[in-house]
Amino acid sequence: STRYDLYRVLHAALCLFAICSEAIVSELHKRISSAFDVFDHESNHTVDVREIGTIIRSLGCFPTEAQLHDVIAEIEEEEPTGFIRFERFLPTMSRILLEHRFRPVPEDLLLQAFEVLDQQKRGHLDPEELTRYLTQEGEPFTQEEMEEMLSAAVDPDKNLIFYKDFVSVMTVDDPW
Amino acid sequence: MGCGTSVAIENQGRPSEVAIKAAVLIQRWYRRYVARLEIRRRYTWNIFQSIEYAGEQDQLQLSSFFSFMLDNFTQLNGNGPDLISHLLDSAVDPVTEEVRQCKYEQIVVPDSYSGPRLSFPLSVTDTNTLLSAFKEQQTLHGKYVLQLLHETQKFLKQMPNVIYLSSSYAKEITICGDLHGRLDDLLLIFYKNGLPSAENPYIFNGDFVDRGKKSIEIIIILFAFLLLYPDHMHLNRGNHEDHIMNLRYGFTKEVMQKYKTHGREILQLLQDVFSLLPIATIIDNKVLIVHGGISDKTDLYFLSSVERHRVKSALRLPKRSLDHTDVCCSRSSSRQSRRARVDSPCSTGRMKRKKKSRLTKQSSSSSSSSSSSASSVCSPRASCRATPRHPPPSPRLPSPVDMLQVPFLDSIVSLALPEPPKEELEWRQIVDVLWSDPKNQNGCSPNSFRGGGCYFGPDVTQRLLKKHGMCLLIRSHECKQEGYELCHNGQVITIFSASNYYEEGSNRGAYVKLGPELIPRFFQYQVSRSTRKLTLQQRVSVAESSALKALQEKLFAHRSELMAAFQQYDINNTGRISTNEWAQVVESVLRLDLPWRTLRPRLVRLASDGNVEYESCFENISAGQPIPQVTPNLAETMYRYRTDLEIIFNIIDKDHSGQISIEEFRQTWKLFSSHLGVDVDDQAIDDMARSIDFNKDGSIDFNEFLEAFRVVHKLDMKEQQQG
Repeated sequence: STRYDLYRVLHAALCLFAICSEAIVSELHKRISSAFDVFDHESNHTVDVREIGTIIRSLGCFPTEAQLHDVIAEIEEEEPTGFIRFERFLPTMSRILLEHRFRPVPEDLLLQAFEVLDQQKRGHLDPEELTRYLTQEGEPFTQEEMEEMLSAAVDPDKNLIFYKDFVSVMTVDDPW
Repeated sequence: MGCGTSVAIENQGRPSEVAIKAAVLIQRWYRRYVARLEIRRRYTWNIFQSIEYAGEQDQLQLSSFFSFMLDNFTQLNGNGPDLISHLLDSAVDPVTEEVRQCKYEQIVVPDSYSGPRLSFPLSVTDTNTLLSAFKEQQTLHGKYVLQLLHETQKFLKQMPNVIYLSSSYAKEITICGDLHGRLDDLLLIFYKNGLPSAENPYIFNGDFVDRGKKSIEIIIILFAFLLLYPDHMHLNRGNHEDHIMNLRYGFTKEVMQKYKTHGREILQLLQDVFSLLPIATIIDNKVLIVHGGISDKTDLYFLSSVERHRVKSALRLPKRSLDHTDVCCSRSSSRQSRRARVDSPCSTGRMKRKKKSRLTKQSSSSSSSSSSSASSVCSPRASCRATPRHPPPSPRLPSPVDMLQVPFLDSIVSLALPEPPKEELEWRQIVDVLWSDPKNQNGCSPNSFRGGGCYFGPDVTQRLLKKHGMCLLIRSHECKQEGYELCHNGQVITIFSASNYYEEGSNRGAYVKLGPELIPRFFQYQVSRSTRKLTLQQRVSVAESSALKALQEKLFAHRSELMAAFQQYDINNTGRISTNEWAQVVESVLRLDLPWRTLRPRLVRLASDGNVEYESCFENISAGQPIPQVTPNLAETMYRYRTDLEIIFNIIDKDHSGQISIEEFRQTWKLFSSHLGVDVDDQAIDDMARSIDFNKDGSIDFNEFLEAFRVVHKLDMKEQQQG
């Protein structure tokens, strides 16, 4: 009978776990669907494939462009239509979030990354210097992305990027 | 800092692996940062659009009330004086054109006037003078405005409804969308693209006025160029070239403020000029240009034959078309139904009513949409309410707002005889063209989001273009972030020329050029007052805070309904409910189709247990808002109805003097009392007017009008409590 009791406790625990995880999953689904909805202009449960990156990133993920392309390849229709359907997006995105893939990169690493580029340790970078790195290396920025970044990052008086300030701009945790 | 600034140069080649890794990391962070900003920008956009369109619906409902009054009144009284008509329409001026022209010429311009002077017929010197005067914030004297409008009216009278152009005579034609009183945008277009001339023809696709502060300047410039280059300057009518819309959206006010003496006359003349604007322009028989769009009932041949000047306002069905209809069915107003919805927020569920396709789900439940044409100026959501309604939880409202609860034209129209009268068919043709928006699903359905016109799908576009052998539809009417947008497989172009429409940085403006090959080329711009370019984050933040403020005002305006609904979930009176419940309630009451769960952190506080402290969503509004210190309920009511009251005031104030004279008040009361079947004698009315005229200056200003509303409301509340 001890064994039976144990079984019952186990069963109760499992039920509790099931209930909890269901709640978690349903909460997750709501988050995913509300982010998706913002871009679902037709209300027909599809979004433009070019918006998927924004959706995934707005859900707190930090994928590289390459990882993003893998995800898109996974959820795109057999015949690429340029659209992503919600039914295909939801399970994949849920898995990504539950498995904690594309985890946030800690903020101090971001600062360190700038420090690596600032070889003379001056506390700032030239716009040209940063542009060269970010548009030629890694997963290069488009010209538009670069201009947008510089407009926010460059101190207009000194024409320099005080990256510590910019890091705090980028990492501010807005409640959206 | 001149020495070796670049690592890459120092190393003479590839940067180190660490540096590349660092670059990748920065790129990842930055892209994620931009994504979050982008999603905030989209939310902001949705908020603005939802609120904007909700306002349009209110306007349409108010107008349907007056239309109803008009028709009902004439029915009741046979040949009796048509007072509402008298109130809404300018009296027909019996004098001949020559007399009027003479009259305008005789207006004396004082020597002290330093603004621009015009001489007719206009020359290039005149348009140049106007442009430079407006750049220096000068105003054109009322005399010249009247003369210009009079000339424009004469010219437009002889124009057809649909103008056919050929691209062969010019290299390119420029098409501009909504300007909405933004003179800066117009001047920027002229600066970038050159002034209108025989070599540089323009089409302006409606919505010149309202919302912006320089509407009158814009139409003066446009009309002057129209008279100067009648073959190379073309103006289509928009849904804001409509005197009833102008009452709400600011143009009436602007004219009255700028033209104290001649304002009324200018407005009267404009009412006619607007109704004479052509409805559509067609280039090379291939490109159709209209302000809003089309419907499945749009027929260009029919459209060419309608008497367009009879449609003074698209918001009012022409007279007589409501005869023989039973008007006593379906008593509801959307206001009431919006309030009524509080009764079961959970059963409503999450109704998706997104901007473009709000229609789909809604229209399927609408009884009248499937059979009749999709046009539905007066068929907002209320028409499809089949669910039983409870009386609204908030207090009954006194007149005049009470009178908003009248049948909708839509429900009347749907009962109309199988063959609608000609006036109505003509009116519908014009309404559909001025008010419709494209959607991406096939079919045609009523534009329930705006409350007027319809949504037309790719198949509707395809059919119409094919029928007439055309290839492209260019329309405006909707603000787009990039200033333009393509849809329906590239067959429909939306062009919108007012940049920063919702808020500084909210959107670009654009115009489109078509050459003889008819391949559209787009040009974008953004007028910016600040010299320094705002960063994306700054732009988002500015727009966002004003969107949130608008939203907080909405919440406050519906405070008691919301509180009642919140409390249904808060059984133990803890002041807290779950985020989900909160979001459901807010959507069920406000019906703005917004992602409330996501907006939650910006609108309401969380308690330590993770639940929402729902009362906190009304807090922010009280700071810095000029709400009269009265009972909260009353402040809320005033807040909610202020715009409506202002419009009613403007309508009663027939001469737009900013004051309701005793005579104006008397006329209105006669009308209301006859509608309500109450007998009120002149003496009583005069007494009433005097009691409202608190400062005893012989007329009622808007503050007194509001105060009267407040007093009546207070009495009404007392009665209710006693009863």
